[in-house]
Amino acid sequence: MAKSMGRVKGVNGNMVTVEFDSAIAKNEVGFIQVGDERLKGEVIRIRGNEAALQVFEMTGGVAVGDQVEFTSEMLSVELGPGLLQQIYDGLQNPLPELAAQCGFFLQRGVYLKPIPDNEWQFTPVAKKGDVLSAGDTFATVIEGLFTHQIMVPFDLVDGPWTVASIKKAGTYHVRDTICSVQNERGVKHDLSMVFTWPVKQAIKLYEERLRPTETLVTKIRTIDTFLPVAKGGTYCTPGPFGAGKTVLQHLTSRNADVDIVIIAACGERAGEVVEVLKEFPELIDPRTGRSLMERTIIICNTSSMPVASREASVYTAVTIAEYYRQMGLDILLLADSTSRWAQAMREMSGRLEEIPGEEAFPAYLESRIAEFYERAGKVRLKDGRTGSVTIGGTVSPAGGNFEEPVTQATLKVVGAFHGLSRERSDARKYPAIDPLTSWSKYSGVIDAKRVEEARSIVFAANEINQMMKVVGEEGTSVADYVTYQKGELVDAFYLQQNSFDPVDASVPVERQRYIFDRLYEMLQANLRFEEKSEVRAFFYQLRQNFLDWNNTAFLDDEFKAIEAKITDLIATKERRVG
Amino acid sequence: MQKIYSKIESIVGNVITVRASGVKNGELGLVSYKGGQSMANVIKLDDDVVSLQVFSGAQGISTGDQVRFLGVPMQVSYSDNLLGRVFDGTGSPRDNGPAMKTNLIEIGGPAVNPAKRIIPRNMIRTGLPMIDLFNTLVESQKLPIFSVSGEPYNELLARIAIQAEVDLIILGGMGLKYDDYLFFRDTLEESGAMSRTIMFIHTASDPTVECLLVPDMALAVAERFALDGKKVLVLLTDMTNFADAMKEMAITMDQVPSNRGYPGDLYSSLASRYEKAVDFEGAGSVTILGVTTMPGDDVTHPVPDNTGYITEGQYYLKGGRIEPFGSLSRLKQQVNAHTRDDHRALMDGMIKLYASYKESLEKRSMGFMMTEWDEKLLKYGDLFERKMMDLSVNIPLEAALDLGWEILADCFDPADTGLRTDLIRARWPKAIE
Ligand SMILES: Nc1ncnc2c1ncn2[C@@H]1O[C@H](COP(=O)(O)OP(=O)(O)O)[C@@H](O)[C@H]1O
Ligand SMILES: [Mg+2]
Repeated sequence: MAKSMGRVKGVNGNMVTVEFDSAIAKNEVGFIQVGDERLKGEVIRIRGNEAALQVFEMTGGVAVGDQVEFTSEMLSVELGPGLLQQIYDGLQNPLPELAAQCGFFLQRGVYLKPIPDNEWQFTPVAKKGDVLSAGDTFATVIEGLFTHQIMVPFDLVDGPWTVASIKKAGTYHVRDTICSVQNERGVKHDLSMVFTWPVKQAIKLYEERLRPTETLVTKIRTIDTFLPVAKGGTYCTPGPFGAGKTVLQHLTSRNADVDIVIIAACGERAGEVVEVLKEFPELIDPRTGRSLMERTIIICNTSSMPVASREASVYTAVTIAEYYRQMGLDILLLADSTSRWAQAMREMSGRLEEIPGEEAFPAYLESRIAEFYERAGKVRLKDGRTGSVTIGGTVSPAGGNFEEPVTQATLKVVGAFHGLSRERSDARKYPAIDPLTSWSKYSGVIDAKRVEEARSIVFAANEINQMMKVVGEEGTSVADYVTYQKGELVDAFYLQQNSFDPVDASVPVERQRYIFDRLYEMLQANLRFEEKSEVRAFFYQLRQNFLDWNNTAFLDDEFKAIEAKITDLIATKERRVG
Repeated sequence: MQKIYSKIESIVGNVITVRASGVKNGELGLVSYKGGQSMANVIKLDDDVVSLQVFSGAQGISTGDQVRFLGVPMQVSYSDNLLGRVFDGTGSPRDNGPAMKTNLIEIGGPAVNPAKRIIPRNMIRTGLPMIDLFNTLVESQKLPIFSVSGEPYNELLARIAIQAEVDLIILGGMGLKYDDYLFFRDTLEESGAMSRTIMFIHTASDPTVECLLVPDMALAVAERFALDGKKVLVLLTDMTNFADAMKEMAITMDQVPSNRGYPGDLYSSLASRYEKAVDFEGAGSVTILGVTTMPGDDVTHPVPDNTGYITEGQYYLKGGRIEPFGSLSRLKQQVNAHTRDDHRALMDGMIKLYASYKESLEKRSMGFMMTEWDEKLLKYGDLFERKMMDLSVNIPLEAALDLGWEILADCFDPADTGLRTDLIRARWPKAIE
């Protein structure tokens, strides 16, 4: 197909109007020639023979009349072995390679090959004469921890394809032709280990979508027990600045029980990404005994990087997630912050002079958010295996007020809501997930009925606390005071978790079950007190013991000793029945 | 080729349009009019209609005035000759020194590649316990002072600047009261810091567009000095004025406001400035200390709100003190493990006790009975506020830590403090029973 050419007609921030000569498509990529730089952009609107090009770079120096070359390709990512451990910008430009080439600063117009030019040990699984369709595996290579399946490109939909030739096992360059296929009409394709896929289109080469029923363990008690996330599910973490959204996502990215974690640092601080990319290579993943970086991909389009590629970055991230899901893996995508992505849409919408909705966000904000989260899911693949993409997004609501368009649109589509509260973070109660307002539709690691009972005590304790603020401790009954203290204990011992303590920072399911049982027994115990000072003294001591318990290694001697202390302490106040 | 265009098509706010060809986005134009000459920069192109924002404001410009395009974007001179000098937002001298026209660099340059950043590692000492002990300032941090108007935020800024061990101070003043400008100048001069200071000053009576240029000018120069190995501290006061100037521009350009009149790109615009804070591996660094006044003491106002999402914490100035609640240095944990072994524990412990003191205060105000424990806390809170929080306190971190222990020992038994036994053994200033 002949590529269309055009010329710049207008420039408004990063929105460039282009007059074009022959057919172009929406979301097609075009390059503006500015001196000896080529600036990449994406067509986001076409009217008559004018296209609005959202440019992924700063547009200083662009002049009316500058030449534009369209590519007849959609904005796409490269898929293939070598994606793991990479640090990309929103357009899949590898940032370390860019730094090696351009130094301290990002340089516009420099686009490097996303998939590194490596050689891989190749094992064919198809043979000459085999019939394949898009997405079928014809070979494998070992990519670090995983068997990376080399698949028929997902856009080769006019199959079936017959393997005309395939290379023998051996070491090949990632871009070498390793297999040739042909369809019934004689159309031929040479395949390498790499192909591209348009980022804004979901990859749907699976048999069926399954309900997300399996808990995705994060080793954070308040999440796994009270507000669980599921493999293939979605959740959001809204909260005012400083409430702990980023710290929570970083903890999750370390501990989550999945095969691959993709971190999309979308429009927030660069320094926070640096912490991940300096620390992860040094940290050992207890699941694999290998460096955490080996299961991580970072898409980094921080706040001072171009806004349009920020908009693209979440799609780049989710497309890579879907690609690995096709290999039967579980992927967790963490996006921080989806509000910055929404704001990028808002900026662009403003330049297009679209009719604004609430807070000037575009009318399609809700549907874009819904479409994005819909790309999560657990699926059954053609070969019967399952894979999943889980999406967790932070939301940064203006003024910390959840009654705003992005939070509200997100709440409509996600399966769990972890709302962070300023009150809790001010009180240094981390993680600052508000137990009273947050919710989850997924099932957790502990019997739901018992969790519900524990939760109801937290709620009751909160009500009593509100009352006490009015009537004082003096005006509260001993029974109510006990309930209040029980709720406080659940909070201090179970909901709060010290991310700086080596033991407490990540709590495996087994331990959560064990200590929850103890806590539950305590909550159910029939305790006898004469007066409130006695209640307070008892619970302070109990809390101290429970907190010490959180810092001891599971089931070692000290752990057991503290457990015995707790049992004895409770026994001193237990009312004998019968 | 510098063609002269002598038909101005429209004048709206500070934005003029002319019909011209071959003009580049962002390039400078020189507008000649009765009042003299003013620079302007191209902010929009629509076929042959070129929109420029006029730095000196469009007042007095007539449709028959002339525009000449210069073919280059906004630049600033960079050399050691800038030291001790004062400029306006366009880079013209405000003092009586010579104009600086050589060695020009572009302003508003590209972002640092995140892969080239390093984890911040050096504390900046200020002599203020509320900063050094409780929310340590770190080299390459970006951090604003959130303040109600009327608070001594500029005094605080000047004091930190003078005391900080940096090679260079760059002051970006936006909408400064003239008196405040004189205050900065005199204070820096008296302390001997002026010779390592460069100022870009926009005062409240100067044209709005110049206000918009100040951060970019200051940061471009700072970045160059940092690349040349200097530790640079950039002071930006008041960023709320900068945001208001952006608001004014956006409304002129008929942009749809997103929140209380501010443009939808407020966040990105602030971020692209604050993110200039950086520590260059093998060279110098840029640290940004700003002021963000909060209209109506409302931290949810769009300017402080967006700022809080961008910066690495904030110092919350209220009642002439840096409040422990609401203040945050997000980078403190990068450095406070290596200062003194009791730093972190004392920081947490003293704040928790101060929080309890606040609760006791509240109980007292509601007329509830004060227990013996409440009385201890009340004594503690008073000492803490007078000896730690007062802005006149000026002591090194180590002395502040020692003082912390003294205050604790004055008010509490060791077990009351919730501090680790080994630390108490080593540091408690009184005999322990
Ligand atoms: N789980 C936690 N444990 C200890 N400190 C925390 C925790 N979460 C947040 N913090 C503190 O709060 C600060 C802000 O957290 P961050 O995650 O960056 O907030 P947000 O992303 O919501 O703005 C951190 O720098 C840290 O000091
Ligand atoms: Mg964050």
